[in-house]
Amino acid sequence: MIHQHFNVEKEDYANAGRISSQIKQMLKQLGVSSEVLRRIAISCYEAEINMIIHSYGGEVVLTLSAEGKCELRFSDMGPGIDDIEKAMTPGWSTAKASAREFGFGAGMGLPNIKRNCDEFDLVTSPAGTTLVIGFKVL
Amino acid sequence: MTLKKILELLKADSLCISDSQCMERNFEHISATDLMSDALALVQSDSEKTILVTGLVHAQSLRTAEMLDINVVIYVRGKTMSETDYNLAKEMGMNVFTTKSSMYDTCGILYSNGLLTAVV
Ligand SMILES: Nc1ncnc2c1ncn2[C@@H]1O[C@H](COP(=O)(O)OP(=O)(O)O)[C@@H](O)[C@H]1O
Ligand SMILES: [Mg+2]
Repeated sequence: MIHQHFNVEKEDYANAGRISSQIKQMLKQLGVSSEVLRRIAISCYEAEINMIIHSYGGEVVLTLSAEGKCELRFSDMGPGIDDIEKAMTPGWSTAKASAREFGFGAGMGLPNIKRNCDEFDLVTSPAGTTLVIGFKVL
Repeated sequence: MTLKKILELLKADSLCISDSQCMERNFEHISATDLMSDALALVQSDSEKTILVTGLVHAQSLRTAEMLDINVVIYVRGKTMSETDYNLAKEMGMNVFTTKSSMYDTCGILYSNGLLTAVV
């Protein structure tokens, strides 16, 4: 059983991806298969980037249960997603030019996260967005 | 095709070598894009045999390769990397090269020499 918190700062482009990298390495050491690990790493990275480029910052919580379920919870402090249906549409993006400069903002993140995980739950309000994704790792 | 042969075709120079054996490894697939989410969504080929070709010289191209388990990246248009990114690449075990060719020419050379897309 693992339970770990990571802080994500708004617009912290220099460290973008560091948390996903740490989580990937931790799970690799625990023996998670490369197929599942790749799906987790891709989803975690897209969600971490979203918090950095679209939100006011927040935290990522990794939970690995004894039953072999890996849960990643991304909760931020706003401003929320106006229209979830649009946000889930491939190609739809409100990313600023600064996000495009470092290779993101193509509107493919959320649809790709949904495709890669086993469980997907997205709740949003102006006070914040919480994305919870789950993976069977055993 | 071996990485050594690929680099010869592209007249590419090395920016960071983490694994000296990589030159003899065989590669079959190329993911060529400046959009990291596209690579993250579309690459389906065996990562051991896949190279990321990009004009995005930023830590995020290295991070993207890392998430996909790809450890060879080629920058186009003669781009080089910062010292910070070099250190990051070393830390990740990434092998990074640069070619003066444009994205269009790089892809044309690789395609006509039998390398396949990473989108399968
Ligand atoms: N944590 C978040 N906070 C606020 N808005 C978000 C968040 N995550 C995603 N969004 C919104 O959903 C849209 C689609 O997200 P995504 O599919 O990852 O594409 P992209 O990040 O490339 O814009 C974003 O452009 C943004 O408007
Ligand atoms: Mg995104």
